[in-house]
Amino acid sequence: MSEHSTSNDDIIVCEAVNKWYGEFHALRDVSLRVKKGEVIVVFGPSGSGKSTFIRTINRLEEHQEGKIVVDGIEMTNDIRNIDAIRRETGMVFQQFNLFPHLTVLDNITLAPIWVRKKTKKESEARGMELLERVGIQEQAKKFPGQLSGGQQQRVAIARALAMDPRIMLFDEPTSALDPEMIKEVLDVMKNLARSGMTMLCVTHEMAFAREVADRMIFMDRGQIVEEGTPAQIFSNPRQERTKLFLSQIL
Amino acid sequence: MATTDVTQGRNRPARPTIDVIGWLRENLFSSWLNVIITLALLFVIFQLVSSLAGWLLTAQGWPAVVANLKLLMTWTYPAAQLWRPQLALFLVALLLGLSAGVWRGIALGLAMGLGIIFTTLAIPAFFLTPVAAQVSLPAWLMLLAAAALVAGGYFAGVAAGQRLRWPLIIAWLLLYPVVILIIHGFGGVLPVVKTNLWGGLMLTLLLSVSGIVLSFPLGIMLALGRRSDLPVVKWFCIAYIELIRGVPLVTVLYMGSLLLPLFLPGGENIDQFVRAMVAVTLFSAAYLAENVRGGLQAIPKGQAEAARALGLNTLQSTLLITLPQALRAVIPVLVGQFIGLFKDTSLVVIVGLADLLGAAQTVVGQPEWLGTPGGVWRETFLFIAVIYWVFSFTMSRTSRRVEQQLNVGKH
Repeated sequence: MSEHSTSNDDIIVCEAVNKWYGEFHALRDVSLRVKKGEVIVVFGPSGSGKSTFIRTINRLEEHQEGKIVVDGIEMTNDIRNIDAIRRETGMVFQQFNLFPHLTVLDNITLAPIWVRKKTKKESEARGMELLERVGIQEQAKKFPGQLSGGQQQRVAIARALAMDPRIMLFDEPTSALDPEMIKEVLDVMKNLARSGMTMLCVTHEMAFAREVADRMIFMDRGQIVEEGTPAQIFSNPRQERTKLFLSQIL
Repeated sequence: MATTDVTQGRNRPARPTIDVIGWLRENLFSSWLNVIITLALLFVIFQLVSSLAGWLLTAQGWPAVVANLKLLMTWTYPAAQLWRPQLALFLVALLLGLSAGVWRGIALGLAMGLGIIFTTLAIPAFFLTPVAAQVSLPAWLMLLAAAALVAGGYFAGVAAGQRLRWPLIIAWLLLYPVVILIIHGFGGVLPVVKTNLWGGLMLTLLLSVSGIVLSFPLGIMLALGRRSDLPVVKWFCIAYIELIRGVPLVTVLYMGSLLLPLFLPGGENIDQFVRAMVAVTLFSAAYLAENVRGGLQAIPKGQAEAARALGLNTLQSTLLITLPQALRAVIPVLVGQFIGLFKDTSLVVIVGLADLLGAAQTVVGQPEWLGTPGGVWRETFLFIAVIYWVFSFTMSRTSRRVEQQLNVGKH
């Protein structure tokens, strides 16, 4: 397993991934290789399968055909492989999904304590460090319901980072936010991107994509229609679908 | 900020301050019709209160209650062994006092309530002492001692502080089995008192507490089982829940008391109290399972997804994330169910156990009160109704306080 990840620097490998919901073909032969430290923005119309796709990478959705290898671990039905992959991937959701019955700090330390078996003291120190990094250390003892949407999403990012993941998945992290809070979340994400984290972001924040993305992926009807650098996608999209979509959102 | 305050003040509608007479005039005497309704209702209330007060003052059945206090509380438990239920009461008082000192909050409220009730009851008990003469420790002394234990426990708890937390939690967990051992007796150390001698309030409390404490984990497991992906587990839980919910508690009690001995080899050796306890527990668990499932259903899918994405396994995700939130959401329903269970235990009368209600029925039927004009049933049943009410009301108040405390910081 480990020699696989060291032999090349592809941290995520997807080959011909297919998924159906009943009759509906949600993902069609999706193939993608992501290098370590790469920042990839996935965009496309709603229902295009972009969320489904990044959710297959940590098995929140099960794929039926094709191969997914994350950090040298192949995604199979073996729960040990799934758990191993989930420990290496952090995920940030559109609806934050913070645990409302726990304080901000407890939200962050929960997984390190129960999954990584770290001590409470150690996890809390690390948790405070992460809260400081996302700029809300003074909210540590509050409950999620007492924070603004932007603050909640930053806590969610800190919570995912507390597991020291090698990959971060973002599933429309700013879509549920009021406009004035989007920036504070994007700033955190930009800093993360610059720190060398491997990131896969489903987002329509095109300014963010232009600034930090190494590659952009346009999905439609369950397929990858086009991929390229931001410069190439924005100035010179090859596919008509991409052109049309960009003209609608820009 | 100051300017906004001013504008707000200007726009706010003037809210007239109303004195008592103004309030009366506005709410009760604003029109002729209102005047008539108000007067009519006042008349009805006056009639009710005066007749109730008149009856309370002239009622002649109270001696029946007083003479049978021991019967109502502990039924035919041997008088010479009564120190054992008393010791159990002291243990509860002491633990509650200690918990109040350590945790304050809800435990403190309960302890204060209990202390006040004990002290208040000690006063009439003192004047009724002759009745309790047969008892090893007179009732008034027992009540005062219990109140003192609550208070003493409180101060000890305050002094010991958080160090006592874990010992206390363990003590609470052990309390019920220890109480049963004390009351039942064991291994030649304490003479065994057969459960057919148990009864009255003591039996009601023992049955309810065991029903609540045992049906809680069972109900949670059934609720989780019903949502399980394993078909066998799932269908077993559904079958169990729907079967039990499809029959009345009386049926389950009959099953336990009459059919179990027939089907189970050696079943006739199972104690009547244990059978009733098992029946009440199994019955309550089915309802509890559905209530808990309702709570689990209300938790957004994203919660479990976030837990899984963080690498928590299914057990951790359930115990740490979904279940705590679900239970929190259904506290009022659960407590409602526990109050129902507490009162439903009175149905054990039909399988030959004399709980508080059964004991009261016996008192009413005693030949010595046949000569009392109007009988003694009103006084006796009023007396036990007050007892039922005090316990039920305490549960509902406690649940509200628990809710308030847990709601801290929720939206």
